[in-house]
Amino acid sequence: MSKPLKQIHLAAHFPGVNNTTVWSDPQAGSHIEFSSFVHFARTAERAKFDFLFLAEGLRLREQGGKIYDLDVVGRPDTFTVLTALAAVTEHLGLTGTINSTFNEPYEVARQFASLDHLSDGRAAWNVVTSWDAFTGENFRRGGFLPQNERYSRAKEFLQTAGELFDSWHGDEVLADQHTGTFLRDAKAGAFVHSGQHFDIEGQFNVPRSPQGRPVIFQAGDSDEGREFAASTADAIFSRYATLKEGREFYTDVKNRLAKYGRHADQLKILPAASFVLGDTDAEAEELAREVRRLQVSGATAIKHLEFVWNRDLSAYDPDGPLPDIDPDLGEHTVARGRAQVRMYRDPLATAREWRERAEANNWSIRDLVIETGNRQNFVGSPATVAETINDFVQADASDGFILVPHITPGGLDGFADTVVPLLQERGVFRTEYEGTTLRDRLGLAHPDAEAAGERAAS
Amino acid sequence: MSSSPSSLHLAVALDGAGWHPAAWREPVARPRELFTARYWADLVAEAERGLLDFVTIEDGLGLQSSHPLEPDGRTDQVRGRLDAVLIAARVAPLTRHIGIVPTVVTTHTEPFHLSKAIATLDYVSTGRAGLRVQITARQNEAAHFGRRPIPHIDPLNDPPAWESVAALFDEAADYVEVVRRLWDSWEDDAEIRDTATGRFIDRDKLHYVDFESPHFSVKGPSITPRPPQGQPIVTALAHDTVPYRLVARSADVGYVTPHDTGQARAIVEEIRTEQTAAGRAGELLHVFGDLVVLLDDDPAEAAARRERLDALAGYAYTSDARIFAGTPAQLADLLQELASAGLSGFRLRPAVAGHDLPAITRRLVPELQRRGAFRQAYEADTLRGLLGLTRPANRYATATAAVGA
Repeated sequence: MSKPLKQIHLAAHFPGVNNTTVWSDPQAGSHIEFSSFVHFARTAERAKFDFLFLAEGLRLREQGGKIYDLDVVGRPDTFTVLTALAAVTEHLGLTGTINSTFNEPYEVARQFASLDHLSDGRAAWNVVTSWDAFTGENFRRGGFLPQNERYSRAKEFLQTAGELFDSWHGDEVLADQHTGTFLRDAKAGAFVHSGQHFDIEGQFNVPRSPQGRPVIFQAGDSDEGREFAASTADAIFSRYATLKEGREFYTDVKNRLAKYGRHADQLKILPAASFVLGDTDAEAEELAREVRRLQVSGATAIKHLEFVWNRDLSAYDPDGPLPDIDPDLGEHTVARGRAQVRMYRDPLATAREWRERAEANNWSIRDLVIETGNRQNFVGSPATVAETINDFVQADASDGFILVPHITPGGLDGFADTVVPLLQERGVFRTEYEGTTLRDRLGLAHPDAEAAGERAAS
Repeated sequence: MSSSPSSLHLAVALDGAGWHPAAWREPVARPRELFTARYWADLVAEAERGLLDFVTIEDGLGLQSSHPLEPDGRTDQVRGRLDAVLIAARVAPLTRHIGIVPTVVTTHTEPFHLSKAIATLDYVSTGRAGLRVQITARQNEAAHFGRRPIPHIDPLNDPPAWESVAALFDEAADYVEVVRRLWDSWEDDAEIRDTATGRFIDRDKLHYVDFESPHFSVKGPSITPRPPQGQPIVTALAHDTVPYRLVARSADVGYVTPHDTGQARAIVEEIRTEQTAAGRAGELLHVFGDLVVLLDDDPAEAAARRERLDALAGYAYTSDARIFAGTPAQLADLLQELASAGLSGFRLRPAVAGHDLPAITRRLVPELQRRGAFRQAYEADTLRGLLGLTRPANRYATATAAVGA
């Protein structure tokens, strides 16, 4: 008997602040006006997507001591825009990336519990840790955390928020007009948390929300990050969108669940993925090349090289060969506020490899950046893309994808109109929303049911 | 179109089932819906139907309490609430004209986060956002954050207590200053999308705010572009000299609680003096009177309702604000009389939201309209427009122009 088909989960990442977002296209709209968010969210909901995803950035990035001006810059407040979107959608999950370094558990727990109430159970939290004093300069607590304390604060933050969410059990609000009893229990919301990072106590003031707790997302690829996700997350926002890497990551992380008493289906693995569609595969390939050229201008290519070289390379010709000088080692001073900087752990080796590849292929700086940078994950006709995505999920390389279009706000429209119906025809994607909460959409148990199950089993 | 001198501004303050502690017991109340979007959407839609300038939404970082500084452990009154900024965001796309002004506690929150939250509220409401700043001197709320001690205050009127409260108000003024600087940290035309040079923004039109104070420092610029109103409106409730100073230094609208016309005149005069001292003499600063209202067509009915609610609560409800129980016409008389003392508007606190809010929108408003004292239709698309406040120039843009000149 063959294995039943896995159901694919799909989400939409609002095109964020990076060079994959093509703003120069005549069809590109505002990245800040609410109407763009409404269009994007409604398209995702029309296509029966699981959720909308927002990334985060708490300081404008700099390069060479100046605000970086080549990419889309400017974004709204996550909680505010997600809650407003709850007013113009009915089913779509609302996932916000919220930093555990520059926030406090009581406030964040209040905001997520409020979002969950105000969206009837559609809230999700992508927990991230910040890594630099640069961002800290915008906040009261200033500073930053040593690398080794980031996860420790994040873990304790999440644990504390969980204690706050659970401080109301769900049956406290009687609101009995006849007897005059509003709360069943004067101690509703009582909590005490004493730990390395937080020493707080009192009463949480938001009653238990429809999902009990928001759906918890994690990103983070280190061994520690994977372990953190396996122990606590409902879903992982990963970056492995090739079949081989995807399967390795999937197997590794799912195998870690057992030691925390969890099943494989209690953690969804959802890589970020970009796509380019055309009427034919050849047309899509051609379009994808054009998009890459738009994403990587000559100026952008030079700036990208500076992430590795940690030097001012503005004198170099983007259409010429790679610099023959070596990267400047030591503290990275050229690009600030960039996650990419951390991707190149050995700049000398990276520079050597890039030079060799460029020489072997006769690539200019710009060609190199285009070839080594973020390629589109799915390029082809709707049939090809639908088949590729389905193969990927059925091969256990992921449970679905968080799609990142390169145009705002209409970049999802074509996918919704052409690829989704093909996935539905194959019986691997929903045609109607099931259940009411985001947990229902993702096939995750309600935390109260899980707790009840544990009690029954013990 | 300028409003006539007799024209009043009207706001309502929304809090749970209403301001009377027994409001939730009334048949018209919807106490099981207080934590739903539908409830808040209905209230704000009702306020918009009455052409009101704006609604405020109360908030707090702990459970509500009948005690000014401590939790009271009561179970017979509404306890628990949702985040006010998020309630505001949830109702904004469902309305078109009315201003939306959530309460924000400055003592334990981050001005950077708050600045972008209110800017975003301004985007999602297309220019109808404001905020009401509030401090908290409650020790139990400080314990929810565990970051800073708040001195024990008892009794309320002893001088050292006032010193620590005054420090919290000073911090609130710094907070507003940072928030306003962050709103200005992007010039309006910073996004250029210049395909020739590949630049999305003109970074010369983005500005570091570089604010330093004893409680926080903020570098900036904001991550959110300057909001539609340039600066959403800032409001604060004030009961004494120290908070009057905050209003005078930092606010666009101050709420005060006079109990008669003479008191109203004295308060307005004190705020105007502080306003001059703060160097804002020429600026439009609204002073609104706050009143708790119980409205019925028969004055005896309103009085009886107040008694019934007090009986349900188990005590006679008192408030910082004057409590008015009477007819809409009587309230209209009172508002016009108080306005003669220099108040430009009122923030009414419905004792029972489900009863007194519709009484304001459907009885009081038509009465004021008949007297030519209230608008017949929304005459502006933004909250600043409704309040007669111009869109402020960007301080950094002005500085650049001055340097260039």
